[in-house]
Amino acid sequence: MIGVVRLQLMALILFSGITSAFAQQQQPVTPIPVLTDEDRAAAFPEVGAHPHEDLWNSYVLFDRLEWRAGNGERTVNWDSVGWIGGDINRLWVRTEGEVDRHNARDAEAHALYGRAFSRWWDFVAGIRQDLRPGPAQTWGAIGIQGLAPNFFEVEATAYVGASGRTQIRLEVEYELLITNRLILQPRAEINVSGKSDPRRIVGSGLSTGEAGVRLRYEFRREFAPYVGFEWDRKFGRTADFSRDNGDPTRGTRFVAGVRVWF
Amino acid sequence: MLSGTNFDLRIDETAVNLTGASRRAVTVNYSLPAPTLRWKQGDTVTLRVSNMTGEDTSIHWHGILVPANMDGVPGMSFHGIKPGDSYLYRFKVKQAGTYWYHSHSGFQEQRGLYGALIIDPIERPPFQYDREHVVLLSDWTDEDPPRVFAKLKKQSDYYNFHQRTAGDFIGDVRHQGLGSTLSDRLMWGGMRMKPTDLADVSGNTYTYLMNGAAPKGNWTGIFNRGERVLLRFINGSSMTYFDVRIPGLKMTVVAADGQYVHPVSVDEFRIAVAETFDVIVEPSGQDAYTIFAQSMDRTGYAAGTLGVRAGLKSDIPALDARQLMTMADMGMSHGGQNTPAVPGANPPSGHDMAGMNHSGHQGAMQSHPFSEEGNPLVDMQAMSPTARLDDPGVGLRNNGRKVLTYANLKSLFDDPDGREPERTFELHLTGHMEKFAWSFDGTKFSNAEPLILQYGERVRIVLVNDTMMTHPIHLHGMWSDIEDDAGAFHLRKHTLDMPPGTKRSYRVRADALGRWAYHCHLSLHMEAGMMREVRVQE
Repeated sequence: MIGVVRLQLMALILFSGITSAFAQQQQPVTPIPVLTDEDRAAAFPEVGAHPHEDLWNSYVLFDRLEWRAGNGERTVNWDSVGWIGGDINRLWVRTEGEVDRHNARDAEAHALYGRAFSRWWDFVAGIRQDLRPGPAQTWGAIGIQGLAPNFFEVEATAYVGASGRTQIRLEVEYELLITNRLILQPRAEINVSGKSDPRRIVGSGLSTGEAGVRLRYEFRREFAPYVGFEWDRKFGRTADFSRDNGDPTRGTRFVAGVRVWF
Repeated sequence: MLSGTNFDLRIDETAVNLTGASRRAVTVNYSLPAPTLRWKQGDTVTLRVSNMTGEDTSIHWHGILVPANMDGVPGMSFHGIKPGDSYLYRFKVKQAGTYWYHSHSGFQEQRGLYGALIIDPIERPPFQYDREHVVLLSDWTDEDPPRVFAKLKKQSDYYNFHQRTAGDFIGDVRHQGLGSTLSDRLMWGGMRMKPTDLADVSGNTYTYLMNGAAPKGNWTGIFNRGERVLLRFINGSSMTYFDVRIPGLKMTVVAADGQYVHPVSVDEFRIAVAETFDVIVEPSGQDAYTIFAQSMDRTGYAAGTLGVRAGLKSDIPALDARQLMTMADMGMSHGGQNTPAVPGANPPSGHDMAGMNHSGHQGAMQSHPFSEEGNPLVDMQAMSPTARLDDPGVGLRNNGRKVLTYANLKSLFDDPDGREPERTFELHLTGHMEKFAWSFDGTKFSNAEPLILQYGERVRIVLVNDTMMTHPIHLHGMWSDIEDDAGAFHLRKHTLDMPPGTKRSYRVRADALGRWAYHCHLSLHMEAGMMREVRVQE
């Protein structure tokens, strides 16, 4: 038994010896030039580093920068997002808000670290600062964002604030090409709160929802005026707080604005 | 044209006006394109390149076999040429044929630093001609090229104004039915890909040039009736593939990438970025012929005239209809579209049925490198890529014209090395459209280790295209000897076109010591990281 194995081993060694000898014997038709010291010096000169691909890029988008009218009110609203960084790691900034003739009704900003963790999805974590309505408050934020199948742009973020307050926000946006420059953009957003906060007119459970549709024309990719409608609605206890204040719980507003990025 | 053995090349910024607006181009001796250089095989040439611009520059002799320190790649061959400095290139010219040269620094190639390089052979060529013209195709943008790159990083479909619309959807429903239209949209949408994505940068910003002239500039090459005219086509574009034809004339292709091939007569050829084709035409019967080079994405064209005298013009054809990519184009086999491959049913032929189904090695699912797994920079993987050497490519199939393919380009000589490769490297071309990130095996150049070859060895490189773009892959310093479907030596090239969904193999004889650039020749893809170093060491 051992003898057989040894025989096979020897045959194997012999065989591999033959094949490697054969391989070595295979000479190129055109001989490989014999290297000289001059060749060696020319081959590996002292050089600096090769300039690498640009690691940093940036983007600032005002997805909505608009005038709104409806329910007897006129406001100016904005919603922007921006990033700076590489292909994987980015610093994200989101801001949105609403001002009327007199003051800011609503204003918040996010600063998030984002990391692409799969083909289409980024993990984000950071803070959100609310300036209005009510007294300023800070949230810790964690979420995902990315491109869902069929080009739905999705942002889902969970927040934890002071006094055990929690919130979840889900936003979905889509771009429907009427032509390659005339683009219909439907979007929807819902907010869910863990705890009531009457000062800020927020009730626990499903609190607010928004839906919008905007038709823009891209004179340039970076510059697209639009018109559209925005619907908002308050739900559950949030709606109750609103009614107590004598505010409407739902509204439809005409919007006109411009989408710009740089 | 400059000829001889001693050259003074002065790189400068020069005002040009190609579109109606004045822009600063990067030029050689104040010329865009750079002057044609004419060398003689066997000579030793000396070129003093001076940099009069305010930024680093370089010149790379594309496809020319030179010592590594003459190859002109900053950070691999030399330090680059600093502002106010010069560099002395000096080397023996080993080969002959049609080549070109260009900057390997930043976006200078896009800004005009490219020119033709013609090397006259010691021995008479295996074909005869009475007259010759260089036809150097390129793309020009009035935008600052780094801006173009930055825009694509922000919005990768920035320049694509031919995406499918709601109207196209309704039209497709009418013609194909709702079910089939929906399943098509869901399939593409599921992949987050667009079948209109034929080029990253389009005629929306590009003006396509022939020998530095926009179509209205009507570059004209003169011929006399009855002459055999050699046209040396060079694609010196940054990002544009051209489909070239001369209505009314057959073209006999006699060389590819400077190397002789068995003559093949065609009506049309696709020229990848950085490729060169020598063709012979015999104009007669008309005073003027249009040389028509439409961009692969059909957003524009370069055009000029072959005429018996200056000032003539022939009709310029309409752009061909734009075609959509199919899943088969991308190496994605999916229910129903793939018919079984018929072994052996793959003779090299100019008249190709279509697509991928008749390529030699169809079969097992393609495996992928581990580095692609879960990689955020890899948005797609080809499932069943094949060589498709006989595929004219998207937009050229069944167009009623005889279109050149790699299958009917065959080197006129036997394998100059003759050895079987001892090692095989498989590399995948990878990318992420939305992020405009490009790489090999999902690893960008900045994070990649060099590929190490032993001096004198012969290796096989197998490329798999895991993206939906077509990539011209160029290895510096050494030839890329493309293998046919049976794995035999087929075609010697310096730049290999890799359409989406293809898997192609070639042999490399590592007979050039040093560090060599290996990259996609779409300059923005290279800039984004689709590049490696190949190091040949003892």
